[in-house]
Amino acid sequence: MTPALETRGLQKSFGALRVAQDINFALEVGARHALIGPNGAGKTTFINLITGRLKASSGRIMLGGEDVTSLTQEARVKRGLGRTFQINQLFKGLSVLENVTLAIGEREGVAGDMFRVAGSHRAVVEEAYALLERLRIADEAERTLRELPYGRQRLVEIAIALGLRPKVLLLDEPAAGVPSTESAIILDIIDQLPAEIAVLIIEHDMDLVFRFAKRITVLVQGAILLEGAPAEIAADPRVREVYLGERQHG
Amino acid sequence: MKKLSPIDAMVRSHRLRWWEALPWLAAVAGYFLYPDHLALGNQIFVAVLFALSLDLILGYAGIVTLGHAAFFGVGAYTAGILAVHGWHEPMTALVVAGAIAGVVGLISGLIILRTHGLTLLMLTLAIVFMLEELANKASWLTGGADGLQGMSVAPVFGAFRFDMFGRTAYWYSLGVLFVGWVFMRILVHSPFGRSLTGIRENVVRMHAIGTPVRKRLVTAYAISAVIAGVAGGVLAQTTQFVGLNVVSFERSGAILIMLIFGGVGRLYGAFLGAPIYMIAEDELAKSDPVYWFFWLGLLLVLVVMFARGGVLGVGEQALRYLRRKRS
Amino acid sequence: MDQVLSSIVSILFHGTAYAMILYIVSVGLSVTMGLMGFANLAHGVFAMAGGYVTVTLMNGYGVPFALALLIACIVVAAVSAVLERMLYSRLYSAGELEQVLFTIGLIFMATAAAKFVWGPLPQRMTVPAIFRTELTFGTVTFPAYRGFILIAGFVLVALLWLAIERTNFGARIRAAVDNRRMAQSLGINTGLLFTMTFALGSALAALGGGLGAEILAINPGYAFEHLVYFLIVVAVGGLGSIRGPFFAALLLGISDFACKYLIPEFGAFFIYVATFAVLLWRPQGLFGRA
Repeated sequence: MTPALETRGLQKSFGALRVAQDINFALEVGARHALIGPNGAGKTTFINLITGRLKASSGRIMLGGEDVTSLTQEARVKRGLGRTFQINQLFKGLSVLENVTLAIGEREGVAGDMFRVAGSHRAVVEEAYALLERLRIADEAERTLRELPYGRQRLVEIAIALGLRPKVLLLDEPAAGVPSTESAIILDIIDQLPAEIAVLIIEHDMDLVFRFAKRITVLVQGAILLEGAPAEIAADPRVREVYLGERQHG
Repeated sequence: MKKLSPIDAMVRSHRLRWWEALPWLAAVAGYFLYPDHLALGNQIFVAVLFALSLDLILGYAGIVTLGHAAFFGVGAYTAGILAVHGWHEPMTALVVAGAIAGVVGLISGLIILRTHGLTLLMLTLAIVFMLEELANKASWLTGGADGLQGMSVAPVFGAFRFDMFGRTAYWYSLGVLFVGWVFMRILVHSPFGRSLTGIRENVVRMHAIGTPVRKRLVTAYAISAVIAGVAGGVLAQTTQFVGLNVVSFERSGAILIMLIFGGVGRLYGAFLGAPIYMIAEDELAKSDPVYWFFWLGLLLVLVVMFARGGVLGVGEQALRYLRRKRS
Repeated sequence: MDQVLSSIVSILFHGTAYAMILYIVSVGLSVTMGLMGFANLAHGVFAMAGGYVTVTLMNGYGVPFALALLIACIVVAAVSAVLERMLYSRLYSAGELEQVLFTIGLIFMATAAAKFVWGPLPQRMTVPAIFRTELTFGTVTFPAYRGFILIAGFVLVALLWLAIERTNFGARIRAAVDNRRMAQSLGINTGLLFTMTFALGSALAALGGGLGAEILAINPGYAFEHLVYFLIVVAVGGLGSIRGPFFAALLLGISDFACKYLIPEFGAFFIYVATFAVLLWRPQGLFGRA
C-alpha cells in the first residue's frame, strides 16, 4: 500500500554543512512512528523539510503517493499534512476559540470569504468548540491565549493541528515544556488519535516513545542510523552508544 | 441577562453596538454646530477614510508602510486630471480614481510583498518618492509644483453644486466615508479580515494551517489602495485642487501618526486619531508651527513608549481594569 | 569632446565628494542598524547637530575648523549615548512600527528645536582658509575643499575597515551583528557595546554633517530632507557592512549628480527606480548578509 508520507534521497545543505543526508523514509497509513536521536541530529530540520518550511537541496517528498517536493507549505497542508511546533506557534493575542477557528476555517476553505459573516461561519465555530471540548479546554475558549499557562497552550497547539483533519500528523516534541502534572492529558490525546491518521512523533522522553510507537527511526547527524520495532531499537548497542555518548559529553 | 455561549459570542461579534452610531451623530451635529468650519470637517472625513485604508494593511495585516500616500496621490491626481479634461461627473470619476489606485496597489503589492522588514519599508518609501518625483516633473499633466488647476467638478447627482461654503463637500465626503466604513467593517469582521489578523499575529502558524499568505496580503494591499485612492479623489474633488503634497512622505507620516494616536487594528482608531490630530493642528499649527511640531514629536515619542495602543488601547486597558475591580 | 570629458570629470568629482559625505553620515547608521536591528530614522539628526555645533563654534566663537569638528563629534557622541541608554534601548525588542514612529517623533522634536534656536535659514559655512583655492587638472578646476572631502572619505573607509576587521572592538561588533545571543553567551557585554557603537556612529554622522555643511546645507529640515538618501545608502549597501554603504554612496552620489545635471526633467526619479530594482534583486543589499 502507498505510504502516507515518503521521502526519497532527501538532502539539505547549508553551504558545506549537511543537515540532512540521503534520507529514505516511509510513513505508513495509520502508523505510530517515532523519530529519535541526540540533540542536533536534524529531527526538526527533517520535519521542516517535509512541511516545506525549508526547501530541500535534493530528493523527493511524496504525500499519499503524490510528489509534493516543489509545492508550497500551504499546498502541502491542503493535501493533508499537519504539524505542531517544538515551541508553540500560536496567535497569542487572540482567544483560544479564535485560534482553532482560524485553522478549521482554512481547512473548510471559507477563510478567504470577504463578505459572509454568519452562515457558513457558525459551523466552523461549532466544530472548533467541539474540538476544544474533546481536549478538555473548552471552559477557556474565550480567554486570550497568552493568559494560559504553557501546558494549556500546548493543548491548543495540538487542537489546531487536529482541526486541520490531517492525513499525516507531525508532532515535534509534543510534551516539551509541559510540566509532568499536565502532560497526562497530552499523552491521552496522542493515544486516542484516530487510527487512520499516520502519526510521526519526535520525542526525547523514552517512556513516551515506547508507550506510543510501533516503529522507531533513529536519526544521527542528519542521516538515518537505523529503523525498526521498539524492541529491536532498545536492544541495539549502537543506539545506546549514541545516547550514552551524548550523556557523557553532556 | 444570560451570558452568551462562546460560540454565540463569536458568531455575533460583528453585530452593531450602540456606540458605533456616535461618530455619525457627531458628524451630523458638526454641520449645524460649526457652520464656519465645514472645510475642516471635509478634511477630517477624508483623513478618516485614508486612515481606515491604512489600518487595514497596517493594523490588521501588520505590514508597516511609509508609502501609503502613493495610492492617495494616485487617486487624487486621477480624479483631478479627469475633472480638468472633461470628465466632470464626480461619482463615476471617484470610482475610476479608486480603481486606478487599486491597480497600482495590486501591481506594487505583487512586487514588494515578497520582502519584509526593513527592505519592505524601504521599497514602500521608494515608491512614494518615485511617484512624487514623477508628479513633480510631469507638470504638463499634473501641474507640477504649482499643483493641478482648472478642475471643474459637476454637481453631485446633478443637483448639489460644490459651493464655496463647503456644504456639498461636507455631505459628499461624509457620504463616501460612510460607504467606505460599511465596506471596511464587513471586511474586517469577515473570515478574510480575521485571517489578516492571524497573519499579523503569527505568520509561521498561518503557513502551517494552509493559508495562502501572500495572496491574502496582496489582496488586502490592493483593497487598501482602492480606499486610499477614493479618499484622495474626494479631497481633489471637494477642494478642486491637487498639490504635490498628496503624494508625499509627509502625508504618509501624518496619516500614520493619526492612526497611532487613535489606535491601530481596532477600526475606530481612525475615527479618533484623525479628528484629534487635525483639529489640534488647525488650532496650534497656525499660531506657532514650531510649537506644534515639537509637541507633536514629543507626544509621538510618549505614545510609543507608554501608550502603544493609542487612545483606544488606553481605553481598553481602563475598561479591563474597571471590570476586574468590579468582579 | 573636451567639453564632454570635462563634464564627465566634473560630475565624477562633485558626485564623489557628495557621495563621501553621504557615506560618512550613513556608515554609522549601517552599523547600528545591523548591530541592534533598530530602524533609526533619526540618524540624520546627529549629522544635523554636528553641523550646527561646528558652524556655530566657527562663526560665533572663531574656533578653528578642525577643533570645532572635534568638539562637535564629542558633544554629539555624548548626547547620543545618553539618548541610547535612556530611550533607544527600551525599544530594541519593540516592533518596527514603534521604532519608526519613535524616531520620527525625535526628528520632529529636533527639527522644531533647531528652528527655534537657529531660525529657519541655512547656516553659512565658511570654508577654512587653506582650502579656499582651486585645484586645476588640465581644463577642469575644482574647489580644493571638495578635494579634501574626497580624500577624507577614502581615508575614513580604510580606517573603519581596519578598525572593524583588525581590532578587538571591531571583532566584537562583527560577532554581535552576526549573532547577538551567541555573542552574549561568549561574554560580550552587548549593552555596553551597543552604547559605544551607537555613540561612535553618531559621532561619525556629526563629522559628516560638519564636514559636509557646504554640500548638504545645515538647516532645520536637514534630517527629513536627506532621510531617504541615508536610508538608500544603508539599505542598498547592506546593513551592518562598512564597505557596502561606501559603494552604495558612490553609486547614489554620482548618479544623483549626473541625473540632475544631464536629465533634470527626470530628476531623482531614476534613483528611486534603481533603488527599487536593486532591493528587489538583492533584498539584503549589495554587501549584506542573506
